[in-house]
Amino acid sequence: MSKIIASGVMRGTQQIVGEAEKFWERARQDKGEGQKVEFPETAFYLPMACALMGLEVKTIGEMKPVLAEARSLVRKVPSDKVWLPYLGDALDCGIATLLAEEVIAVLRYLYKEEPQKGCEGFFSDTQMRQLGIQLVDGRMPGFAAILGAAPDTETAVAIVRECQKRSLLVFAGASSNGKSIVDQLAEANVETGWDNYIVPFGRDTISTIFPLNWAIRSALTFGGISKGNAKQCLLYCKDRVFAFALALGEVDDLKYATAAGAIDMGFPVIADTHIPEIKPTGICTYEHVVTEFDYKKIVPRAVEVRGVKVKVAEIDIPVSYAAAFEGERVRKEDMHVQFGSKFSKGVEFLKTLEADAVEDARTEVFGPDIDTVKEGGAIDLAIVIEVAGRKMRADFEGILERQIHRYLNHAMGVMHTAQRDQIWVRVSKDALKSGFRLKHMGTILHAMLHEEYGGIVDKVQVKIYTDPAKVAAVLAEATPVFAARDSRVAGMTDESTDTFYSCTLCQSFAPNHVCMITPERLGLCGAYNWLDGQASYEIKPTGHNQPVKKGRAIDEKAGEWEGVNEFVYTHSNRSVSRFSAYSMMQNVMTSCGCFEVIVGIIPEANGVMAVNREYAGDTPIGMRFSTLAGSVGGGAQTPGFIGVGRLYLSSKKFISAEGGLKRLVWLPKALKDANRAKLDERAKEFGIPGFVDMIGDETIATDAESLLKHLEKVGHPALTMDPLV
Amino acid sequence: MSNSSQCSADPAACAMIDACHETGVNLIWDRVATMMPQCRYGVQGICCRICTMGPCRINPAGKNKVGICGATADTIAARNLVRMIAAGTAAHSDHGRGVAHTLLMAAEGKGDYKIRDEVKLRGLARELGVVEKGKPVLEVAKGVALAVSAQYGQQEGEVVFALRAPADQLKRWRENGVVPRGMDREVVDIMHRTTMGVDSEFHSILHQGVRTALADGWSGSMIATEISDVLFGTPDPIRSRVNLGVLDAKMVNILVHGHEPLLSEMIVIACQDAELIALAKSKGATGINLAGICCTANEILMRHGVPVAGNFLHQELAVATGVVDAMIVDVQCVMPGLGDLGTTFHTKFISTSKMAHFATTEHIQFEESSALESAKKIVRAGIENYPNRKGRAMVPDVRSDMVAGFTAENIATFLGGKYRATYRPLNDAVMSGRFRGAVAVVGCNNPKQCQDAGHVAIIKELLRNDVIVIATGCAAIAAAKVGLLTPEAAEEWGGEGIREVCSTVGIPPVLHMGACVDISRVLMVATNIVKEGGLGTSIVDLPVAGVAPEWMSEKAVAIGFYVIASGIYTVLGSPLPIEGGPGVLDYLTNGIEKVFGGKFAFESDPIKSARLMIDHIDAKRKALGLPPAMYAPKGEAGAREAVAV
Repeated sequence: MSKIIASGVMRGTQQIVGEAEKFWERARQDKGEGQKVEFPETAFYLPMACALMGLEVKTIGEMKPVLAEARSLVRKVPSDKVWLPYLGDALDCGIATLLAEEVIAVLRYLYKEEPQKGCEGFFSDTQMRQLGIQLVDGRMPGFAAILGAAPDTETAVAIVRECQKRSLLVFAGASSNGKSIVDQLAEANVETGWDNYIVPFGRDTISTIFPLNWAIRSALTFGGISKGNAKQCLLYCKDRVFAFALALGEVDDLKYATAAGAIDMGFPVIADTHIPEIKPTGICTYEHVVTEFDYKKIVPRAVEVRGVKVKVAEIDIPVSYAAAFEGERVRKEDMHVQFGSKFSKGVEFLKTLEADAVEDARTEVFGPDIDTVKEGGAIDLAIVIEVAGRKMRADFEGILERQIHRYLNHAMGVMHTAQRDQIWVRVSKDALKSGFRLKHMGTILHAMLHEEYGGIVDKVQVKIYTDPAKVAAVLAEATPVFAARDSRVAGMTDESTDTFYSCTLCQSFAPNHVCMITPERLGLCGAYNWLDGQASYEIKPTGHNQPVKKGRAIDEKAGEWEGVNEFVYTHSNRSVSRFSAYSMMQNVMTSCGCFEVIVGIIPEANGVMAVNREYAGDTPIGMRFSTLAGSVGGGAQTPGFIGVGRLYLSSKKFISAEGGLKRLVWLPKALKDANRAKLDERAKEFGIPGFVDMIGDETIATDAESLLKHLEKVGHPALTMDPLV
Repeated sequence: MSNSSQCSADPAACAMIDACHETGVNLIWDRVATMMPQCRYGVQGICCRICTMGPCRINPAGKNKVGICGATADTIAARNLVRMIAAGTAAHSDHGRGVAHTLLMAAEGKGDYKIRDEVKLRGLARELGVVEKGKPVLEVAKGVALAVSAQYGQQEGEVVFALRAPADQLKRWRENGVVPRGMDREVVDIMHRTTMGVDSEFHSILHQGVRTALADGWSGSMIATEISDVLFGTPDPIRSRVNLGVLDAKMVNILVHGHEPLLSEMIVIACQDAELIALAKSKGATGINLAGICCTANEILMRHGVPVAGNFLHQELAVATGVVDAMIVDVQCVMPGLGDLGTTFHTKFISTSKMAHFATTEHIQFEESSALESAKKIVRAGIENYPNRKGRAMVPDVRSDMVAGFTAENIATFLGGKYRATYRPLNDAVMSGRFRGAVAVVGCNNPKQCQDAGHVAIIKELLRNDVIVIATGCAAIAAAKVGLLTPEAAEEWGGEGIREVCSTVGIPPVLHMGACVDISRVLMVATNIVKEGGLGTSIVDLPVAGVAPEWMSEKAVAIGFYVIASGIYTVLGSPLPIEGGPGVLDYLTNGIEKVFGGKFAFESDPIKSARLMIDHIDAKRKALGLPPAMYAPKGEAGAREAVAV
């Protein structure tokens, strides 16, 4: 901390703590100490105060200790001469500032002053968890908080694009000289939002607390660190959350004070103005404050200073290529051409050939290319990938094929949805203008399959057909193969194998969590099934997916085996000693926080409910998904509640120890509808054909009492089953 | 007597020496001059007076190659040396014993002492196996007081605080059988072992010296430090001033001198007593000015910011200013010659320790049971003496600002604050090469060397080479007098690396860690650095060194031994009195390194001394696989000059 910065920090802290106290006093007089205060959709109250002080602040009155702590950390500005050490004091002031800003922010919610126009405001727990998944699977290497305003709109856009190119999630906010990056991006019509990796949060420095109290929650959720364990939470952010701040424009006292808090979390500041640099390391992993005046270099410099590990695959195509473009939509008016869906025939198909039948890196296009298509038109498309590899097996074909979606989407101006013969692909006018052609799809697929699956594929060639006859031929060849694959996966049972696969990918976030993936219970994130585990192990034998021998059965019904217990115990840092694959009541599987669905008991109904991440409404047990998620994640066993992948609901092993699917009494309508076909099939198997309609949803009941009435009315089987508790 | 500039590098001292010279006042330097040449056998450590068959003097080149009993030069040198260690350890440990006794009194509600650092007390309780959870503070204090007191007489086993050392170091000690049992136990062992006709094998004797010294550093001194913190508060960085210019001719000047904080803490309170201040004013003074000399000064400087009048060689000079109305002394480093100055100057010498009486001082027994009352009585005597000032007052207008009050604990706090308290930035600074390494500059003044010159020259050379300095005792005061304890000094004297780190943290380039007994803090700093990680597994691995440029006391020998036995290379400005014993000399400057990790070197030239340590540090960096220092030394080609921001 240079003395100039430390002085700024201390002045800024005095100012903001005073402001928080004043605002609090006003709110107290207006509304009384009993007035409830909360951020939307979070189980962590005031997250910063919760993490650092262990407080569950729910009312204005309960904010007193937060303000008292902030006040106690306020320090005098270092003297001109013979000053006393100021680094520790400045960092403490930073914490005081974060606590004060959080108080102000939550009071603003009370007065409906947040979120600001065009801004996200507070980030909900659901958003935090979704980001968590992307963090662990490497799609998102880090976070850039861009604060202030660039000298002009063009520069603002350029900086944001540089971040996107590296798949960095951008939090944009604050202002400098009365201008905010938020408005600069809006002026330039830059598409923002979570899907675009650009999230405007607010226009003033105080609102910077939103990305920061999002980051600190990850320590509680994914790190499994108990609230109040301040140092561990801060270190978690330093070691696991790769965030940094780009301070654009003048840095005033409040920005310095907020930066001190961010630095205490391990987030360095990269500024474009002449401020003193702080190069010695120790609170952050590398430098604390650096300056970079060349806007072309500012993002690379930040990446270096924060130690962000960006994996940029160098793919020789005329458009930008990065995970950040995955969520990008190509709108109809921006589209040059589309394939598949209801507009034309479309199919993608990956198959294994003998090694000499594949010429690596060869891409052939059969039929007209996209530049021959009239703007806004549609043509047929078949993408055929032929691979060869000593370790390649037919089992892996579907897994590799499914990556096409992600690989193509990462190209700017290319949109891809769904899979197999359901695909829908669009290419934008801008992409065409930049020179993007069909052969570039081959370039992408070849490069990415080698990049990610180089362990099993030795050679990759791509054939792209637009000639309708040839597309029809591909469809004819692929359709029976798709069916065979389904039956192969669907036909697998837990009993048919003596080996499961572990997944410890999320231990970077939840150090004690171990996922156990069986043929009939896929990973709780929904992204990894047993075959994926096997493939992943083949690809990287020392990786996160390890084969686990079941060993002697301890309890067949609950799904407990000696070998699995031993593995889980060792790999959970000796925190979980017993594990049952099919029970949600005893020795249940832990969760990292990435689950698609939470299954929880409704004791009154003698059954269970399932709620998916996308559902933000109330549930019959009185807790929303975000609240439930707070207690289910973090690698702890919570009997009665499990996190699962949505496909597990229709598995024969779905809580089979407790009676299986017949226990399901409630789930959100959207989830019910999406899974209806599979659930119906299961219902037929156990002989209650109309079962799915007996399950309640939010249109029927959102409280236990009315749900129970409904269940009684329809004669739901759960009511007559053995007592669950 | 020689020219004052050869006596001291301190202009305040020079002015006083010249003044005394003119008025014929006899000072320590005059006594040095008349003492020369000193006995060669004594200097080389080969005069044996252990029994009355002697004295025996060994002359390796002549016919007396062994003593009358047959003791070799090595045996005699080793025995003499370890007896110095016994004395030094006894001194530090007794200091600790007194503090522990005071804690017991506080716990029992006797006397005026309170528990000031309960957190530290409870931490110590847990370490000592004293049940503290849910217990009232005084009960815990009693348990801790009894537990640490029991360490003194412990007959078997290992002193508890030795277990604080990094595991690798502890292993070395255990393998060589030198983990101390108890402080008294080891001192007695030395006295027995070295009496006529017991141990004659010099390695064996020296290893008992190591064991006793470790009992000092890792127990006796450590208890003194820890329990003083509990009773008087763990220091925090604090501002003060130093040198004779802190004396104020218009005020009643009370000087405390010696080593223990027990009395001086109460004197601090007494000097703020409204009644006594009124009394001072009634005598025509503007108030009461308290200052210190030597390590008592360091104790109350660290905790209260009480100004320091000077180090060891300033004790006579302070009196010679004619404005010191009372000089209150306790134990250690108080020159008997001080009392004689009383005939020339009005200063009232008040001895206060049962252990330390002086023929020419007034003795006011300090009773811990009525500490404040004793303190007030003593201060009152000083005030009463104010009107007796005679002749012209001469206070050199020389003083410097400083920041003191650094501890092993607060390093973590000032680096990381309350929420991220950590040594990481310090370790990072060393690992990156911003700090080439760290050196502890410690020890006394010795009138045979130009006062402060060695300390200051070595420190400046180290800083220029980006070596951060930790200082205690008289060395720290020497550094303070030239402004090296100000944060501004980093910019003025430090290399680029020091400047970057010090400006980041806001610290001086020389960290004052307290009295000589507080070198226990330095051991804990080294241990904490090892624990923080990235710099090896033992203190031996660290790129650090120690130096005592102007040492003279037996305590310094004990310190030197526990420092090398803790794995730290240590340079002494004048040799240990062992040069007559070739085996002992070779072992202590060479062979012992393989056993304990540290060794001694003797070098009187300050620049060469600094160079030895820098080379050692560079070798340790290399062994750790660290890059060389990040920046070229200040003032050399390639060095970056400071850029004003």
